[in-house]
Amino acid sequence: MNTMLDAKTLKVVRPDATWPTLLDCAVKEVFKIMVQTDLTTMPNSEEGTPTGDTTAMIGLAGALCGVLSIRCTSHTAESITRRMLGSTGGASSHEVSDAIAEICNMVAGNFKDKISVLAEQCMLSVPMVIRGDDYEMVTIANGAHIALCLEYDGKPIWICLAAHP
Amino acid sequence: MSKQRILIVDDSSVMRKIIERSLRQAGLEEAEVVEAGNGIEALAQVREGVFDLILSDINMPAMDGIEFLRQLATIESAKGIPVVMVTTEGSESRVVEALSIGAKGYIRKPFTPDQIKERVMPLLGVLR
Repeated sequence: MNTMLDAKTLKVVRPDATWPTLLDCAVKEVFKIMVQTDLTTMPNSEEGTPTGDTTAMIGLAGALCGVLSIRCTSHTAESITRRMLGSTGGASSHEVSDAIAEICNMVAGNFKDKISVLAEQCMLSVPMVIRGDDYEMVTIANGAHIALCLEYDGKPIWICLAAHP
Repeated sequence: MSKQRILIVDDSSVMRKIIERSLRQAGLEEAEVVEAGNGIEALAQVREGVFDLILSDINMPAMDGIEFLRQLATIESAKGIPVVMVTTEGSESRVVEALSIGAKGYIRKPFTPDQIKERVMPLLGVLR
């Protein structure tokens, strides 16, 4: 990243009640455009524990510090990849990781663009992907946590934003 | 019309394929598409061949799209090649920075094939 955030002018943004809706909207827009799929929000999606063996994560720094993650099964991730590529065949493991990482990147970018201060004063890291489901994400800082569960072809996709205070 | 030669610069191979597919859908079925995973690879491609258009991401490892633009401007043979940034970067200052050092346009991810078509075709001199 070339643009350095100026600590003196940096405005710290706190999550508010509109953020779950904005995040939900950001995810649905990305899937609509890039995966040609309409996601639906699962009822009581803020409850429950995210599951799935494919997790993409991206860091946010600046006016908002935290991590945004997308978690689903490898089967779902492969289906998303095939639709992104317009492919009827299989997708390689590398392509699946690449695609899910890009989805996470676009969701984070789309979400921060919906909050004016974040668009200019929040930067994104390079995304990364975790394969496997035997782990637990623990946020050390006692910050805000937004979790959504969206339905993709009848299967859940978890979107979590853990914001540091 | 001669076959266009287009360079796609993005660290995501999936995104490079999606952009290429969008170009084909826009009517550039015959275009020769060359890929690069970052600015360093892109500069090597530009030094080796002639391109009609470059589509480049901004946030990439090794060399990002802004630095790529700066170095591209120093290559005599690359002068005049239109560059369009294709990125998740929504920061207005980054967009202004890219445009000030030579980018001819900007497409935000996620994008539709029509958005690629609208930005790219005029730069290639192709009527929409």
